[in-house]
Amino acid sequence: MKALCSRFSFYAGFVVGTFTLYVFLRQVWYERSVPVRSSNYDKIHDYQLRLEQDRKVWKKDRSALFNLEHPHRKGEDSQMADELYKKVRILCWVMTGPNNLEKKARHVKATWSRHCNIVVFMSSVDDPDFPTVGLGTKEGRDQLYWKTIRAFHYAYEHHAHEADWFLKADDDTYVIPIYFGRRFKPYTKQGYMSGGAGYVLSKEALRRFVEGFKSKTCTHTTSVEDLAMGQCMEKVGVVAGDSRDTALRETFHPFVPEQHLTAKFPKSFWYWSYCYYPISEGPNCCSDISVSFHYVDSKLMYLMEYYTYHLRAFGYKYRYQPPVPSGYKGLLDSPPNAPPALNIETAYKMTNLHLVPYMTKIILFSNILTC
Amino acid sequence: MLSEGGSFMKGMMLGAVFCVVLSLIANITTETKSDEHHHHHHVKAASKDDLKRLTDDQIKELNNQVRVSCIIMVQPKILVYWATAMDTWSKHCDKAVFYTSESSKALEAIDLNEKDDWARLRKALKHAYDNAGDLQWFFIAQPTTFAIIENLKYLVLTKDPKEPFYLGHAMKSGELEYVSYDSGIVLSYEALKRLVDVFKDEDKCPERGRALWKLSEDKQLAVCLKYKGVFAENGEDVHGKGLFNSKSVDSLISNSLKENPSNVVEGCCSDIAVTFGGMSPNQMQVMMFGVYRLRPYGHDFQDLLEFHPPVGSDND
Repeated sequence: MKALCSRFSFYAGFVVGTFTLYVFLRQVWYERSVPVRSSNYDKIHDYQLRLEQDRKVWKKDRSALFNLEHPHRKGEDSQMADELYKKVRILCWVMTGPNNLEKKARHVKATWSRHCNIVVFMSSVDDPDFPTVGLGTKEGRDQLYWKTIRAFHYAYEHHAHEADWFLKADDDTYVIPIYFGRRFKPYTKQGYMSGGAGYVLSKEALRRFVEGFKSKTCTHTTSVEDLAMGQCMEKVGVVAGDSRDTALRETFHPFVPEQHLTAKFPKSFWYWSYCYYPISEGPNCCSDISVSFHYVDSKLMYLMEYYTYHLRAFGYKYRYQPPVPSGYKGLLDSPPNAPPALNIETAYKMTNLHLVPYMTKIILFSNILTC
Repeated sequence: MLSEGGSFMKGMMLGAVFCVVLSLIANITTETKSDEHHHHHHVKAASKDDLKRLTDDQIKELNNQVRVSCIIMVQPKILVYWATAMDTWSKHCDKAVFYTSESSKALEAIDLNEKDDWARLRKALKHAYDNAGDLQWFFIAQPTTFAIIENLKYLVLTKDPKEPFYLGHAMKSGELEYVSYDSGIVLSYEALKRLVDVFKDEDKCPERGRALWKLSEDKQLAVCLKYKGVFAENGEDVHGKGLFNSKSVDSLISNSLKENPSNVVEGCCSDIAVTFGGMSPNQMQVMMFGVYRLRPYGHDFQDLLEFHPPVGSDND
């Protein structure tokens, strides 16, 4: 009996010993194998690095960021892009809020906004460091049109002479700067541009928008920002343009690329009845020189940056070649505000962002002549 | 009572010692399997200066020499990946052949009727070698891998296929350096020739693998090639960044967001990456759009070679 008892306690002791030491070793080794988390010092260092890099890229002035250099890829010939960048100045303003500065707006600052000539981040609160402009509104979806109205007024008052085109985007929109808008059908005669996909106003359109408010032609009709903007544009005689490329593919997109390329939207989905032009699913959904995508999270923002400005197939001759604007050389010589001497037919068919402004300028000016 | 306590203590001590010994052994064995990137052998893409020195005639020759034959190992149980590979990147291979373990009514492939992975790979490689024609480079892939063939051609542009090249994402397991399967394996004609030769030797390169110790196919391939003096080399760009990625582009960007938040895209992947592994079919369609179509207007690269879009395709 005694022998059995002692044997039992021996085994029990064996098990307890193994278990105890296992737990102990686990703790010790666990500490070794986990990578050392960045201490507070590293976090500050990271932040300083970011600030330094920002300083090389942007010049902060009156709560706006002026782009110091037009980013290039290694070994590329960007003559045409550079010319357009200098000639067609675009001010991008990004709708954001104090809660989204670190989560979303920061990534916009690091990616596509570097291709705008000027970037202004519009929020409800002033932040001199980021920097953001405080519009004096509250936050929330119903405040969107107020924010938009105030933002455009701000852009006009402070930067009208510094830019030719004014692009509005959200902090979850990825933009390859240059274009007009994704046209939606309902509620207006000529359609209106989807707010999420981003839209562009020419300087003349912006001037009319501001005048419209002064003369009470335009008011805060609804808090649905993009619709309200469309209604105002109709009232002040700004024509909604066709931003599709020469192959009739859309360039501004209200969803992420994966959805446009692969998803089959159910026929009852609002998208089908809203789009002004016929919808294409699959590869024909999106132009090679697409301008924007919506609902883009931070990871996708960097992924889009990688796809657009970095990853490429060596030596590949693209299937789709957007036409060079006819009279391109002529355009570069003439001053930006004079009506461009362009054939309206070819103008209508031009593509890509910096080219679209030329197209829409013509439509705008022809409108002035007729009304 | 005391004797019981004593034996309990003895038991505890012995248990503790046993535990320590066991974990030490486990540690040693796991260390040898760690995938250190032992950069003894790298193969770098040609720099722009190297390429400028070539004459027009040389360039024409290279255009012909650098054609790639793709060997894609599929199975009916992953039909959607098979279909996506057919619809996307494989259209850019000069010749793409799909080898399957069993035939499927939905898609066409060469049915090797072989369940064993290694034996199937052997048969596929032998078939590819016998039907090579005048193609000099061979790329072996799985359907979860997305490959940008034009960038592969850029990597091997100035390399002679009459030399034995065995390229990809080089890994090390113990003493063995091998190329990882899920980021694609590149073989030059000479390497494949030597491989087919050593297949005949049952001792060095057995068809069914050694009974007790089943190695994965990529390691088995490395073992066989080693006997013929062909060693694994890591494919890199001019800056030393790896071109063959076994992770998907989404997870690489996520990692880069965490590790270098101030320089996410630069710290992630090469501009002329060749492969990404573990891609879902939807991710592949997006990558197809991102690589072969989406671009900012007005930026031109004066690349030395020209590759044209494949005929009858609508997503590139």
